[in-house]
Amino acid sequence: MASESNGGLIDATGYIKHHLQNLTWGQHPDGHWGIAHSAAEATEMGFWSINLDSMFWSILLGSLFCLFFWLAARKATTGVPGRIQNFAETMVEGVDNIVKESFHGKSDLIGPLALTIAVWVFLMNFMDLIPIDFLPETAKRVFGIEYMKVVPSTDVNVTMGMSLSVFALMIFYSFKMKGAKGFAAELTMHPFSADNKVVQIILMPINFFLEIVSLISKPISLGLRLFGNLYAGELIFILIALLPAFAQPLLSVPWAIFHILVIVLQAFIFMMLTIVYMNMAFESH
Amino acid sequence: MTINATLLGQAISFFFFVMFCMKFVWPPLIGALRERQATIAEGLAAAEQGAQAQEIAQAEADKMVAEAKTQASEIVSQAQRRHNEIVDEAKQNAVVESDRIKVTAQAEMDQEVVSAREALRKQVSGVAVAGAEKILQREVDAKAHNAILDDLIAKI
Repeated sequence: MASESNGGLIDATGYIKHHLQNLTWGQHPDGHWGIAHSAAEATEMGFWSINLDSMFWSILLGSLFCLFFWLAARKATTGVPGRIQNFAETMVEGVDNIVKESFHGKSDLIGPLALTIAVWVFLMNFMDLIPIDFLPETAKRVFGIEYMKVVPSTDVNVTMGMSLSVFALMIFYSFKMKGAKGFAAELTMHPFSADNKVVQIILMPINFFLEIVSLISKPISLGLRLFGNLYAGELIFILIALLPAFAQPLLSVPWAIFHILVIVLQAFIFMMLTIVYMNMAFESH
Repeated sequence: MTINATLLGQAISFFFFVMFCMKFVWPPLIGALRERQATIAEGLAAAEQGAQAQEIAQAEADKMVAEAKTQASEIVSQAQRRHNEIVDEAKQNAVVESDRIKVTAQAEMDQEVVSAREALRKQVSGVAVAGAEKILQREVDAKAHNAILDDLIAKI
């Protein structure tokens, strides 16, 4: 598969770099808009550039999720369910049970949020199991697209985009459920508290520092965990693709089988942590 | 791995997908699930009730069968008793009837005996007269001797 890797170490590096290069569209330093041809160029474009491949696959998979579940929900019957409905109901019921166990507030948002995360993240992770050069080579030969990263969750922007959205919801609901005062109290009254008012005031900055760190670390760990797992998995697939053709299946098949666990687990963890964080935001002490 | 506007793009698409799921996917499916759950619960309760009703009906039926059995045995014993009574009655009737017949026969017999005796008596008187005629070889005035004969007859 790795046709470029025949030449040796330089080509191998090139192959890896090529596979880790997003199709970034933005403004070059010289002023014209276009595709970045290296990681350095992409960095030079700054924040206002966009990874077209990540967005394309992520939105495509998200739409697929919506379409499939909408098809199931549109004809949802209380009688004997069809196959699509059966599957969708299994997912919905599973997510609903987890939400019921872990989320003690009352919200119409958490269920759909958890379901969307679980299925969407799973689908994005699943792209990792498609043989590594399949889609990039097709894109290159058929559409002339030079760079194509097909696994959106190996793009830190995608995972952080989701985890920061969850973070925004956490902050929003913290304010909404506890009020500014309650939220401030939560950030300053724990973990150290004292009956003495003066001591309490002294402890407040320490508490605030600790709580802020733990609060900020939540979205970062949430996003980077998913990104790190999938990025590493992808990288190993790329390295396996550099091996001679006969050796590739020996490694890529076990790794893919192991990866089936990883992609499901990571999707589940992302969903689970979102529910737990949202529960924390809803719960008042 | 540079942070760029993809972050915002992903956040926005995340928002829309969650909204879509919240509006068009989650409510119908969870509604169908809950409704079916309720239906099944109702069905189970109805089945339970049905089983209970069946049990009660079974008990009722058992009671009725037992009652019918006692009644039937009562009827049988009654019939047995009646049968015995009828047989006894018939026996008694037969005895009475036979007695009556016997009495009648006896009376008839007695009458027969009386009439036979009468006839015999008359014949004997005739025979005696004839015998006397023979013995006397002469005609006896029957009328003259009737009184003696009648007296004789009465003595027989």
